[in-house]
Amino acid sequence: MNPIFKHGPSPQHRLVLVLFCSALLIFFDHKMASFESVRGYLQSLVSPLQYLANTPKQLMIWTSTNLTTRQQLLIENQQYRLNELNFHEEAMQLDILKQENARLRSLLASPLRSEIKKMVAEVISVDSDPYSHQIVINRGAGDGVYEGQPVLDALGIVGQILHVGQTSSRVILISDISHAVPVRVQRNGLRLLASGSGQIDRLTHNFVPQSADIKAGDLLVTSGLGGKYPEGYPVAKVSFVSNDESREFVRVFSTPVAQIDRLRYLLLLSEKEPQQIFAPKTRKKVSLTNVKAQTKAAN
Amino acid sequence: MFAHNGIIIFFTLLIALMASIMPMPLNADAFRPDWVLIVLMYWCMALPGRVNIITAWVMGFLLDVLLGSVLGVHAAAMAISIYIIVENHQKIRNFSIWQQALITGVLAALYHLVVFWLQRFLIDVVFLTSYLYPVITTIVLWPWIFYLLRKVRRNFSIK
Repeated sequence: MNPIFKHGPSPQHRLVLVLFCSALLIFFDHKMASFESVRGYLQSLVSPLQYLANTPKQLMIWTSTNLTTRQQLLIENQQYRLNELNFHEEAMQLDILKQENARLRSLLASPLRSEIKKMVAEVISVDSDPYSHQIVINRGAGDGVYEGQPVLDALGIVGQILHVGQTSSRVILISDISHAVPVRVQRNGLRLLASGSGQIDRLTHNFVPQSADIKAGDLLVTSGLGGKYPEGYPVAKVSFVSNDESREFVRVFSTPVAQIDRLRYLLLLSEKEPQQIFAPKTRKKVSLTNVKAQTKAAN
Repeated sequence: MFAHNGIIIFFTLLIALMASIMPMPLNADAFRPDWVLIVLMYWCMALPGRVNIITAWVMGFLLDVLLGSVLGVHAAAMAISIYIIVENHQKIRNFSIWQQALITGVLAALYHLVVFWLQRFLIDVVFLTSYLYPVITTIVLWPWIFYLLRKVRRNFSIK
């Protein structure tokens, strides 16, 4: 049935209605941040779509991994063996150093560093919105992912968890314009802030004084100051330092160490007990009291 | 919505949503056409009684969730672009396919600019001309999508 005279509200009324809804949503989501938990549920709701959209890529990866020649496999295998040998040797050294570090720290009566737990995740979709740099990974609250969890790849820091769904979650990258990481120069310990610039290969550093000892090629590592990222992971390499002394501050740009444009496998680090947004509220209290008890014991 | 094979409309929109988040190489990603907008435009022109501004807003909202932008931004832009189609659907129906493609381009540009303005208002993003590259691919895509969806509509006799 296709009526000539339409029933229901006119297009103008509908437009005003939906624009009003949009304005409300934008206000409450952006200014009040009152959709944080709803976002988690929405993320879970749309994750089947994301998994489906990812299948063509998965198929291509599957075929390409299954169609490698014997020769290639042999070469790769040899490479891995060599790598393993190197890493084993380094791991042996690391054990000794860890023990030594713990002993020295106990001598200095400074708190011992807690062991960092790791979890491997895979990228299932890359955000196609040009205004923000985000990716979606295949781990969610069910695997113990929590908001603000640091994410890295094999080379360096990639970003942190933004929204958590049940089976997938969203990562904001360090190159996003609204993201910043507290870093220090590895060479001399100079503290900086690495803010995203919206370009995938550039981080900017504001408010660096003219007297700062920084030069192109310096490695920037996390300083652990914000409490989000653990200390000492590489973030970026300084790519450009302006030597214009008429300005108040030096302009410093750096390039992320992690290969942000070709991410596939990621590591999620966790130091504390995961706080699930889907879990009952009683659990939170228990973990809080645990923390209090621990701090008391430590004091 | 689901009478007279209306479920097919729902499926085409779902596929469009999937196409707009499908992972692509970084160079091709800048040229990703606005799948959801283009499919919505066809259905609004062909069946304005079935697909309307509310549908467009809901699809935009889903895009917001999928893309992780501030909720309501893509929804508002989508609703505004589709409103223009709904108001003028009888005129646009009679245009030739290339004139329609040009209108599609104008609307896609409007859509991207509205999204940009809202984002600019919320977070300080800078305008790059690459934000308007999808307009080109959208114009090129329109005739193909038009004939494809018309075939689908006639085949399943969606009314």
